[in-house]
Amino acid sequence: MDFSPHTPEDIAGMLEVIGLGNLEDLFESIPEGVRLDRELDVPGALSEPELVDHLSGLAARSRGAGELVCFAGGGVYDHHIPSAVKALASRAEFATSYTPYQAELSQGILQSLYEFQSLVCSLYGMEVANASLYDGANAVVEAVNLSVRSTQRERVAIGATVHPHYRDVLKTYTAGLGLDIITAPFDPAAGIVDWDEVDVEGCAALVLAYPNIFGGLEDVRGAAEKAHGAGALAVVAADPTAMGVLEAPGVMGADIAVGEGGALATSPAYGGPYVGLFATKSPFVRQVPGRISGETTDADGRRAFVLTLQAREQHIRRAKATSNVCTNQTLLAVATAVHLAWLGPHGLRRLGEVCARRTAFAALRLGEIPGCALRFEGPRFKELVLETPVDGGELATRLAGRGFLAGPGLGRWWPELANCLLVAVTERRTEDHILAFAEAIEKELAEL
Amino acid sequence: MHATAGARAGDGPSPGGPTIFERSRPGRRAWSLPDAGLAAPGIEELIPAEHRRAEPPALPEVSELELVRHYTRLSQENWAIDVGAYPLGSCSMKYNPKVAEDVAALPGFAGLHPLADDDLVQGALEVLGVLGEALCELTGMARLTFQPAAGAQGELTGLLIMRAYHLARGDVRKRVIVPDSAHGTNPASVTLAGWKAQEVPSDTRGLVDLSALEELLDDDVAGLMLTNPNTLGLFERDIKRIAAAVHEAGGLLYYDGANFNSIVGKVRPGDMGFDVVHMNLHKTFATPHGGGGPGSGPLAVTEELERYLPAPVLAWSEPAGRWRWDNDRPHSIGRIHSWHGNFGIDLRAYVYLRSLGPEGLKRVAERAVLNANYLKTLIEGAFPIAYPGTCMHEFVSTAKGLKPHGVRAMDVAKRLIDHGFHPPTVYFPLVVEEALMVEPTETESRETLDELAAAFNAVAAEAATDPAALHRAPTSTPVRRPDEAKAARHLKLRWTPDDSSNT
Repeated sequence: MDFSPHTPEDIAGMLEVIGLGNLEDLFESIPEGVRLDRELDVPGALSEPELVDHLSGLAARSRGAGELVCFAGGGVYDHHIPSAVKALASRAEFATSYTPYQAELSQGILQSLYEFQSLVCSLYGMEVANASLYDGANAVVEAVNLSVRSTQRERVAIGATVHPHYRDVLKTYTAGLGLDIITAPFDPAAGIVDWDEVDVEGCAALVLAYPNIFGGLEDVRGAAEKAHGAGALAVVAADPTAMGVLEAPGVMGADIAVGEGGALATSPAYGGPYVGLFATKSPFVRQVPGRISGETTDADGRRAFVLTLQAREQHIRRAKATSNVCTNQTLLAVATAVHLAWLGPHGLRRLGEVCARRTAFAALRLGEIPGCALRFEGPRFKELVLETPVDGGELATRLAGRGFLAGPGLGRWWPELANCLLVAVTERRTEDHILAFAEAIEKELAEL
Repeated sequence: MHATAGARAGDGPSPGGPTIFERSRPGRRAWSLPDAGLAAPGIEELIPAEHRRAEPPALPEVSELELVRHYTRLSQENWAIDVGAYPLGSCSMKYNPKVAEDVAALPGFAGLHPLADDDLVQGALEVLGVLGEALCELTGMARLTFQPAAGAQGELTGLLIMRAYHLARGDVRKRVIVPDSAHGTNPASVTLAGWKAQEVPSDTRGLVDLSALEELLDDDVAGLMLTNPNTLGLFERDIKRIAAAVHEAGGLLYYDGANFNSIVGKVRPGDMGFDVVHMNLHKTFATPHGGGGPGSGPLAVTEELERYLPAPVLAWSEPAGRWRWDNDRPHSIGRIHSWHGNFGIDLRAYVYLRSLGPEGLKRVAERAVLNANYLKTLIEGAFPIAYPGTCMHEFVSTAKGLKPHGVRAMDVAKRLIDHGFHPPTVYFPLVVEEALMVEPTETESRETLDELAAAFNAVAAEAATDPAALHRAPTSTPVRRPDEAKAARHLKLRWTPDDSSNT
């Protein structure tokens, strides 16, 4: 296929206007010695029907939530994405537009981002949100960086129950900045962070997840108090789908709330593109990373939206910017806004209730499986940890053969939890699914 | 939409219409979700009071039709590639093939869980594997990671790899050199990597000043970040000497792939001497930019640096004949993304790669450069080129000649909107006064370029005869010159219930 419109006559005519003899003359500034003097060794071109066949074939070699009944979690969940969200977010006027630097031609994106920011603030009980970051992990990093800048401290405490990948990314991102990152362990019975196990004096931030990686509910108020007592900021990574039933981090004392918004914006899509949510309190507004859409008036006094506080950003402030982020996840932010508006306060509450109650039902049923037990006590949202007599990861692998997408096994991240299987229950999992899943585990264990 | 399509009468104070919050009426709903419908305790029993939400979030209550009309209308107030030409310099706003969207929606891709066993996702891994090999071939690199979600994250990843490389040699370095014409992300990423960014000036040719560079190079320099062709649309002819000088000083050479579109299949960063390369798949590989994202910024390195790539790394295991994620990477800088990067974007880039093949990829560069030089020739009389000569995929004109009329580059940009075009990038790169940075891309036709040139020239002529028309512009859009100073001074960054009076 070819997506450029040039006919041979076009090319000849254009070269003549330019005053060059052939296309190669256009590249005269590339020194002879470095030019590629052979054909590229990449796969050959396919026509559109061939291409669709080829990719359908590849898609058929993968098995995901469409084919298997999905109880997999660990940061990515099988939520329903309303048709209206897909239809609106895939409109080409949004999808094929660029960053809204020219406000007059970008009011659609700018107003959508303003609404997105408002919705995120409302979810998290915060006062200012940005127009998105890359993903949940990146949002945690930016929250830590804001805390470090604001407090002029270089020590950060993070709960062990924050997603292990987010903790990895934090470590990677801050390697050059020389931050001292300490990890607060979790109580082995409750599965929530025991902050008394670490010394938080001198910390820029305490970082925790709500719900945490096990589906458990951290004591956000207690952690925020402890943070503030030490002069640190409280950073909470909260699941936006829980915000209809769980208290907003901002209300419980968090200074920065972040999250992975992918669950509201898109199908699992093998991990991306998702969208990082970032919100904080007003005093930190000039420290916020990334783009922000703001309301103003135009030359004729009409309401208008523009990218604002750009002096924080890399294209203006360069080496002194609050972050290096430029391209973000705008289209996913628009999808998130549409989904939240589709839900409204009552839909969001229903979503949270269904997830929590079906998870509770699954906990009752799975906990009855001979040889199995729920690993952690205490309230939970959308996820539970099932301790089994076998390796959790191996069990998950075997369950795929019975039509279920399960896991991860927690041995992947904690050797001491090797026999544990993380189980996620969203609004898409029915009573029948849960009963069949329990039965599959029983059969699998019987065969092992 | 033509630029006038967004203008409507009768909407009151806000041309965009009410916000979604102002459309809200208690009791309306779009949502449709099941009851819990099973024998589980109620929410009050499950979630203790101290965790239960006291006040529901202030989300709007609208019907699905109102929701659909609201965002459809907003979408219509937005310029897009599918609407018209978008000649933003350094952004490569080219056509995004529709077939990629259908492919991305296939359940065998859209439904995949990133923690699934490798055996369950072989199709997806094949896409990443083949795309990765092709991108290494195009850049002349050995291996890559797909984790970076965009160019800036690729930059940080590359700089952290450079840092790991130096540290492994017991070499603590402190500075990274960036040209004064570099994208802002370069120095910002350097700071984030814990280094100090140092500028090297451009010379009279608009290229890196080689002698200035040589003076800056010492054993404190970790490397040089370079965009080639640079943001002036010029190929750094001295690249071999630049590379030799940087390597001689023990530094590494970083390639910013923002302008890769112009050289695909013509010359490879690896052959120029670069050690680390990021690509912007949302530019060169035609994936939709989504109003500012998502992108994808895969980061490729030489064999020598391969060991430092973020883990896991995709590997082909020959005996088993399958792809697998290799987590056994003791020298890795670690993970940079929650999962495997923006897979959905990589998938679309693969579709683009397979659509074009080797011949098609070369045509991309040829026609992108042809279009840029054609447009440049047509408008350089009115808007002189900062650094004359053949350009690559973009060129930088200056509007400083219009200053005597009181006209600035921004006025030119705004007036172009009235002619039915998205303006070029303005005031960048910083080294050119009143810069207009123009990148037409290869997917625009000669007729469109002729119209675009006519618009540029008409605006230049008008600047002399009726500068007020430029100052008033644009007059064809729903809003005109939003007050940015007011937006920054009187911050209004979210809707609150007090705003209802706006309706």
